[in-house]
Amino acid sequence: MKILDVANLSVQTGDGSKVVSDVSFSIQPGERLGLIGESGSGKSMTALAIMGLLPAELRGSGSLLLGTGKDAPTQIIGAAEKDLNEIRGTVASIVFQEPLTALDPLMKIGRQLSEPLRRWQGLKGDALQEAIIAALTEVSINKPERIAASYPYEISGGERQRAAIAMALACEPSLLIADEPTTALDVTVQAEILTLLDAVVSKRGMSLLFISHDLAVVSRITDHVLVMKDGSVVESGSLSNILRSPQHPYTRDLVASAKELDNALDIAKKSGGN
Amino acid sequence: MSTTKKRRSLPLILGCILVGFIALMALISIFWTPYSVGDMTGGRLGPLSSHHWLGTDKLGRDLLSRVMIGARIAITVGFSSVLIGAILGVTFGLIAGFAQTWVDESFSAMFDILIAFPTLLLAMLIVAARGASLTSAIVAIGFGMSAIVARLTRLLVKRVLAKDFITASRASGTSWARIILVHVLPNIWPTLIVTFALQFGFAGLTEASLSYLGLGSPPPNASWGSLLQEAQATVLTSPVAAIAPGVLLVCLVIGMNLIADGLRDVADPTLRRSR
Amino acid sequence: MKKSPMIKYILRRVMVLLISLFAASTSLFVLLRMLPGDPANALLTVGATPEQIAAARHSVGSDLPLIEQFFHWIRDLSTFHLGTSLIGNVPVGPEINSRLSVTVPLTLISFFVAITIAVPVGFIAAYRAKTWYGAILNSISQLGIAIPVFWVGVILILVFALHFMVLPAGGFPPTGWSDLGQALRSLILPVATIALVMSASLTRYVRSATLDVLNSDYLRTSRSLGSSFMEAMWRHGIRNAASPVVSILGMELATTFIGAVVVESVFALPGLGSLLVQAIAQRDYPIIQGILFVSTMAVLVIGFLADLAQRFIDPRMSKSLAGRNA
Repeated sequence: MKILDVANLSVQTGDGSKVVSDVSFSIQPGERLGLIGESGSGKSMTALAIMGLLPAELRGSGSLLLGTGKDAPTQIIGAAEKDLNEIRGTVASIVFQEPLTALDPLMKIGRQLSEPLRRWQGLKGDALQEAIIAALTEVSINKPERIAASYPYEISGGERQRAAIAMALACEPSLLIADEPTTALDVTVQAEILTLLDAVVSKRGMSLLFISHDLAVVSRITDHVLVMKDGSVVESGSLSNILRSPQHPYTRDLVASAKELDNALDIAKKSGGN
Repeated sequence: MSTTKKRRSLPLILGCILVGFIALMALISIFWTPYSVGDMTGGRLGPLSSHHWLGTDKLGRDLLSRVMIGARIAITVGFSSVLIGAILGVTFGLIAGFAQTWVDESFSAMFDILIAFPTLLLAMLIVAARGASLTSAIVAIGFGMSAIVARLTRLLVKRVLAKDFITASRASGTSWARIILVHVLPNIWPTLIVTFALQFGFAGLTEASLSYLGLGSPPPNASWGSLLQEAQATVLTSPVAAIAPGVLLVCLVIGMNLIADGLRDVADPTLRRSR
Repeated sequence: MKKSPMIKYILRRVMVLLISLFAASTSLFVLLRMLPGDPANALLTVGATPEQIAAARHSVGSDLPLIEQFFHWIRDLSTFHLGTSLIGNVPVGPEINSRLSVTVPLTLISFFVAITIAVPVGFIAAYRAKTWYGAILNSISQLGIAIPVFWVGVILILVFALHFMVLPAGGFPPTGWSDLGQALRSLILPVATIALVMSASLTRYVRSATLDVLNSDYLRTSRSLGSSFMEAMWRHGIRNAASPVVSILGMELATTFIGAVVVESVFALPGLGSLLVQAIAQRDYPIIQGILFVSTMAVLVIGFLADLAQRFIDPRMSKSLAGRNA
């Protein structure tokens, strides 16, 4: 009944070097999994592999089973484009790090949003327009009509990311992959987006794969965590276990630095309060 | 074609070979050509032979000698026009780069308008005013080029001035003159050199068109363009005369383009190659 | 609310256009007055008497103060009175007009053919950039910008007109366009010449723009939402690729026009270019200034229209020709 079953996933470049080596994990319906690692750890490539969107120079190998329900899960590795088009969006969708480039710069937000709505919910005309506004409202956008009529460069980073999230949700996926969705945003906006994701994932009963380099961010929104370094999973477990007793040296470093920052903030709070 | 920093740039090497060959021809022609250009004893439209490697033209002159002189003219035109374009262009580009608001906008608009005006037309205009000569061509091409150089320089200067180390420099009391010399120029000249290399080739093309139309340097010191114009009438009987100068001109321009690509790689590997 | 900036932009560009036209006319005036000797000299022979000189100068108008000459110049230009040719004493305007009937179709057809070649070739060169034929296409287009257009013409004449003898080596039917078949036949090689060279540079722009789109994040987003590659390219790719290409179309059309000017001499076509070359050789200044004025005006208007077209496709205020906004 797993939504996603990854077994021995490897991603290689043309000359044989591996950006992801032998990664295995699974996600249950409704489960939230965090994927932590620094840049170059292979976490984004894992996400792209799941969606079957690896760049042409990279090859995935191993097994990636995506989906549940009436039809059998689809094997992503080596799947035909036709089949991938059917499940991209409906079973899993992805929110990317930089909304400015992830959105078409020459198309209004409303029109970009209508693309998945029309395709997966079959809406047209007025019903489509209402759905667009509803989708933007669901992601807590003020004045959705104005945003729908705007171009990406005319709105703020936070609004752009919300719009991107709305687009990902429009397909009503079972699994939402968020690849560093807050990294490119202002700190205050980051918190809002996290809250939004939390609410939306709960409300729709989706699974979540949350990717980040920031342990603090991941710990806010997930229950289980995978730690990746240099393309492999070095540790995995529940968030509380990882935080309490990290096993791998890299994980220990991660937790230690996060705790240091935490302590520094506490001290600042205490001395500031006096 | 991927190059690592360690490996030499293939385009650069190829380009240097091509251009070097032509430059060598030009250099030699200053001191010696197989026959003198006034020598019309070769027999008209003669075939390729051991006496005349490229045959003879319709007046009996040795084609190889004329081609070598053409090489000299091509190199001269390229070099001189780039010199003019560089001096004028960088100067005005620097000024515009430092200028603000309406002064800057005026400069920018002026550059854009000049660039939009085709160089060949400009050259024809100057030739109409001053008569056909190599100098007219060089001045016209150099002038047209200066607008392109100026626009690029302005852009680069503005980019450099926006950087923090400039502000830091000013804060520590460095004069503007020193900043230009020590910070601005060293940062912009790699990109400028690439442009100069490209423009060298295009200058050659423009001059060839001018000469072809009869508006360039008059014979017998004719450039490749003139040679091609002469050869056209007899192209069936003497195709070499119509092919050789053209091939050499293409080699020169491609060579310069390759050098430009190579310089781009060497000077700033982070710049995107002309994909 | 969205209309207002667009209208303002159009008005601003029209202003720039008019100012440019004025500046160009003034520059032409100044440049041509810097000629050695007096424009009236062409009407005179050696050993003319002072009265004849004065009469000639009066007829040409060069005995008037410079300011008056300038006003006449501007007035004449705005009403398209382009003067009278010094050779043959025919009015310049109609002469230019008849020449335009050759040059304009030559330019436009060549441009159209060049675009028709460049778009698919550029797309394939980008889409299949990593294959051997993609690389070859790329190299060919890099080669193409290094080739002088008149040389291509000569080679084509050598092959098709003289060797295979299937097409005329030059000339245009004396009856002009009324002999449509022959007129078109005369234009085949010239058009091929210009189009080959222009398509090389256009291909490079198309390829570059397409590569940007292929590697873009928004294409990936569209596919992540279930679009097929073709759907995503159609919805997002075309407009985004068109934007940078349209921005250079104006300049490329101007370059095509220059190509036509040169190619007319290669193929002995009775167009504007060959008239210009002839006039320069004969020092027929009214013709020269008339053609230069018409050419300049054409270049400026094309630039203006291209700018508008680009702004229509890409409403972002970031990149534009002279109206770059903060």
